[in-house]
Amino acid sequence: MADEFNVIEIRNLWVIINGRSILRDVNLEVEEGDFLGIIGPNGGGKTTLLKVLAGLIKPTYGEVKIGGKKLNYNSKYIGYVPQYSFFDYDFPITVEEVVLLGRIAHKKGRSFSVYDREKAYEMLQKVEMYDYRHRQIGELSGGERQRVLVARALALEPHILLLDEPTASADQRFAAGFYEILRDLNKEMTIILVSHDISAVSKYVNNIACLNQTLYFNEGKTISPEVIEKVYHCPVELIAHGVPHRVLPPHDGVVGD
Amino acid sequence: MYLLQYDFIRHALLAGILVSIACGIVGTYVVIKRIVFISGSIAHIAYGGIGLGYFLGINPLWGAFAFTTVSALGMGMISYKAKQKEDTIIGIMWAVGMAIGIILVQQCDSYTADLMSYLFGNILMVPVNDLIFTGILDIIIIAIVYYYFEEFKAVSFDEEFARSAGIKTERFYILLLLLVALTVVVMIRAVGIILVIALLTIPPTIARQYTQRLGHMMFLAVILGIIFTTGGLYFSFCFNLPSGATIILLSAASFFISLSLQKLKNHMLNLMSGKNSFYEKG
Ligand SMILES: Nc1ncnc2c1ncn2[C@@H]1O[C@H](COP(=O)(O)OP(=O)(O)OP(=O)(O)O)[C@@H](O)[C@H]1O
Ligand SMILES: [Mg+2]
Repeated sequence: MADEFNVIEIRNLWVIINGRSILRDVNLEVEEGDFLGIIGPNGGGKTTLLKVLAGLIKPTYGEVKIGGKKLNYNSKYIGYVPQYSFFDYDFPITVEEVVLLGRIAHKKGRSFSVYDREKAYEMLQKVEMYDYRHRQIGELSGGERQRVLVARALALEPHILLLDEPTASADQRFAAGFYEILRDLNKEMTIILVSHDISAVSKYVNNIACLNQTLYFNEGKTISPEVIEKVYHCPVELIAHGVPHRVLPPHDGVVGD
Repeated sequence: MYLLQYDFIRHALLAGILVSIACGIVGTYVVIKRIVFISGSIAHIAYGGIGLGYFLGINPLWGAFAFTTVSALGMGMISYKAKQKEDTIIGIMWAVGMAIGIILVQQCDSYTADLMSYLFGNILMVPVNDLIFTGILDIIIIAIVYYYFEEFKAVSFDEEFARSAGIKTERFYILLLLLVALTVVVMIRAVGIILVIALLTIPPTIARQYTQRLGHMMFLAVILGIIFTTGGLYFSFCFNLPSGATIILLSAASFFISLSLQKLKNHMLNLMSGKNSFYEKG
């Protein structure tokens, strides 16, 4: 435990917006090469937590260290795929250019290099959007656009990849393939995945955390039913329907017995 | 062609070209980043600076320069500090800027005829000094946009992602507003404060209808700006009309014609693809 390197260390993190605490006293350590899944109810603060890590929201209290340094210094190496993007679909920009902008903080001089372009193409191929590269960004479907945003985050060659429900609008075929891609990427980078798809999460991640204002986390990919009930305020069966054996520990306390 | 023998006509043409360069480049960002309201506000705040110029007895454009840059800086900060109330605050600054101008101008009531040319522009009377000033600002604008083209694109397209990727987006946004401020100053002589926003937005909006690329959009917007200022100049000279208003009406007319042409084109395309499938079925 001691010789493992923590890429992310969060200590006593509070986020309070307009007097309402959205995250309370969150503590989390993520080791290098980890694949952490975060689940939790709507409004639980998952997006907020990822935004703090991406440097978009300042912690009200507490400390967030990335790669051993205080936030901000390493944002060049954090790939963020937002749950929602609010850009203008009519913006004069092609798919290829969007992905290239993932390399904005890495480019030297005023324009992108051949290497930057190769990276962008590679990632477009990875998400199977290479053939769409000359399309204007607004001429894509929601799921296609989401894939382009994944490619954009990957193009910056992140050390840490933050994914906020990346498969929310993906079809089953792509979603399945996408998790395989993530498993592959996990060899090179630490991944934090927010998802409501508990069965998928539990299949691929190696740690799972539950977030509802505070974060419930213990090593491993199981969560006790008590935590699930506490977090979601409802019986386990409703949440982990069909997958209790993967997420929940096999015996001790199937609730309702 | 005989018109070209006049010095003031040649100067006016040059003024039109110089203004169109700034306008096409910066206007493209104003349109795609949707900061038309902020830009309009910066333009009108310039009136306070004009008033200050009269009051102090210096070139009013220097006053406008001070007011627009300071307000651009202020608005840039406000949009990050007070996101929700941004619109209201910008609207208030707009009104305050003009109120200051009105009061200052009233203190020295000798120059009111000349004042009209700042409000409504007179491209036929741009002094050589202002031409040089405009040329220098053009060079600054081109240099900054050339060097930070990708950064501006990133910040205009998706500010949140740019920030998460490590770009100091506030700085680029404020820099962009400063470019708007410079452009406004450049445009005051030619089209006047009231009409600035039209010439800033119409050429890029037309250009957008014909291209998907940001760089091409700028280039096309510059060309259109030159056509509109030159055409407007010609009509205003021939029919003895105020130049600024003529330029704007010409631009607006072109905008609606272009819009109708696009609609017609889309309609024809839809009709054609409809026919094809009809024949396929039959
Ligand atoms: N900018 C904001 N201002 C005020 N409150 C906010 C803001 N953003 C989020 N919140 C609040 O913070 C809480 C957590 O929001 P967040 O988006 O992090 O939830 P989430 O876990 O991602 O939910 P979902 O599953 O619906 O995506 C919500 O109650 C929301 O109302
Ligand atoms: Mg969310």
